[in-house]
Amino acid sequence: MSTVQEADTSGVQDTAGGRTPVLQGKGMVKTFGRVIGLDGVDLEVYPGEVLAIIGDNGAGKSTLIKCLSGAYALDAGQISLDGHPVTFKKPQEARDAGIETVYQTLAIIPALDIASNLYLAREERRPGPLGSVLRMLDKKGMRDRASSAVQGLGIQTIQNMGQTVETLSGGQRQAVAVARAAAFGSKVVILDEPTAALGVKEGNAVLDMIKRLRDKGLPVILISHNMPHVWEVADRIHIQRLARRAAVITPQSHTMNDGVAIMTGAMTVEGNDATKEAV
Amino acid sequence: MTTVVSGGRKQSAAEAELSRRSQSPAQRLQHLLHANPAISPALILVVTVIVFSIINPRFFTANAQSTLVQQSAIVMALAIGQTLIILTAGIDLSVGAITILAMMVMATVASKNGVPGPLALLIGVALGTAAGYLNGLLVTRLNLPPFIVTLGTLSIFTGLALLYSGGASVNADQMPPVLNWAGNSFKIGGFTITTGVIIVLVMYAVVGFALSQTAWGRHIYAVGDDAESARLSGIASKRVLLSVYTVAGLIFGIAAWCQIGRASVASPNGIVDANLNSITAVVIGGTSLFGGRGGVLGTLLGALIVQAFQTGLSLAGVDPNYRLIAVGILVIVAVSVDQWIRKVKS
Ligand SMILES: Nc1ncnc2c1ncn2[C@@H]1O[C@H](COP(=O)(O)OP(=O)(O)OP(=O)(O)O)[C@@H](O)[C@H]1O
Ligand SMILES: [Mg+2]
Repeated sequence: MSTVQEADTSGVQDTAGGRTPVLQGKGMVKTFGRVIGLDGVDLEVYPGEVLAIIGDNGAGKSTLIKCLSGAYALDAGQISLDGHPVTFKKPQEARDAGIETVYQTLAIIPALDIASNLYLAREERRPGPLGSVLRMLDKKGMRDRASSAVQGLGIQTIQNMGQTVETLSGGQRQAVAVARAAAFGSKVVILDEPTAALGVKEGNAVLDMIKRLRDKGLPVILISHNMPHVWEVADRIHIQRLARRAAVITPQSHTMNDGVAIMTGAMTVEGNDATKEAV
Repeated sequence: MTTVVSGGRKQSAAEAELSRRSQSPAQRLQHLLHANPAISPALILVVTVIVFSIINPRFFTANAQSTLVQQSAIVMALAIGQTLIILTAGIDLSVGAITILAMMVMATVASKNGVPGPLALLIGVALGTAAGYLNGLLVTRLNLPPFIVTLGTLSIFTGLALLYSGGASVNADQMPPVLNWAGNSFKIGGFTITTGVIIVLVMYAVVGFALSQTAWGRHIYAVGDDAESARLSGIASKRVLLSVYTVAGLIFGIAAWCQIGRASVASPNGIVDANLNSITAVVIGGTSLFGGRGGVLGTLLGALIVQAFQTGLSLAGVDPNYRLIAVGILVIVAVSVDQWIRKVKS
């Protein structure tokens, strides 16, 4: 589904073509002591779109998505899900609401095996009294389902779901984290540089997965430094610069060079809502 | 990224080299030990028993072995709680103090205040649990390092136990029978087994099951391995930590009951070095002090190894001071082996 949306129409805060954003942040502020992570950032993701976030190192991309995923609490601003205001006090609450995140640091546990990582904090118990009384885990069931989730990503190098994650390569670990988000996301999937450690083939597999999620109608937020990837899959591109949103563009409206120029401040976008303060 | 070597494809030179290298015996051993952390303590225990039996055949008698198990039972019990805490990358220096406090209170309320035995037992165990909960609260709410928290509560609980008991011991004959129940013994073959040993083994089974088969167990490993990643994955890290310290307190309370049965007396001066002995058992058992790796089976073996060293060296006529040195060396070797095992890479 391609939702080409003109850059300057995003001035309409709540809807685009009458649609409500699945996930929306308004005037988000996050500070760390005296360091400003986010300085009144707006963001909206519409159904079935891939929203890319690009920006220099330290522009606040990871901080932005951590606020959306409940990892950080906002200092000011409001997040809404399907138009309803929400406050995520912990990552678990965002996950329960259907927001799955692959963090830049992956947030997987090296000492546990792949299946345990996929099902971490949502373990499934055995049927009957073994599960309800003794609280026994359904290890085999989780392993089987983890296996199909990982195979679904097209990653053949991971065979044994009982392998501990610490024995995997960096790229394989990233694949495990991506598989977890893809398997469980029901509202929004957020990916913070999911292809950074991946080879060409594996990177393309993740791009394909992103497209599949979008085609299912699931919106994806993708942070990436890889401009060709962004221009390939993104419907809209949120450009983050110095803790603020510098512009929202589309691959159709701007070239990669324009995007980089906006990122670095060499070019400013007139009429883009990003320079206006959110109400 | 690694490439999978598919069925018919010819191996490249590098792949041949890699597969040759991974065949190296030391590396295979390293992988094996990494996947099954209880193997090395099991081997050490077997070797220890064989060596000491050769030095002095009396070591291998049912009598000596029964005594060995009974002598290590309290450290074994305390080491269960210590394992849980060390798995979360914490440490508990107050295990002995909690046990003494719970023990003195259960003995004293029964002997001095005439509280019925079962209720006295319940009060003591509940007090141990509360003490563990307090440790957990301090660790999770004040964000203090467990070492510091339990160093403080070690003194506090010891002081409370001495204040409450007035420094006096309570003898078995002043207590209701239920408090001495753990000292009852029966014979199987030539072996003498006490109810206390059975209680300890049941605790091992329960905690071992919880660690390997339940979500709670997995969350303990996750929090110990990487607390921030666990939190981002949706685990309520602090709640897991609090539950671990509380369950450990419960175990120490039950250990207090076993200690009365074992010693036939509740003395505020007993088991003062229990905190260090429990850590020794955990470390020799292959649980990593950095958290996230290990389990109670290794700890059980670790506690037996320490006692086997003590008993074996004593039967071999070695001076007690040398026994201490031997156990010290054992700890350092165990930690070095742990470090080596942790270096496993893909
Ligand atoms: N936990 C934290 N404590 C203190 N400062 C932080 C913290 N997290 C982020 N910051 C600061 O906030 C700013 C934005 O960081 P952030 O990680 O969001 O950047 P980023 O856009 O994701 O960069 P990169 O491309 O390198 O991943 C930086 O100046 C960073 O130092
Ligand atoms: Mg980042």
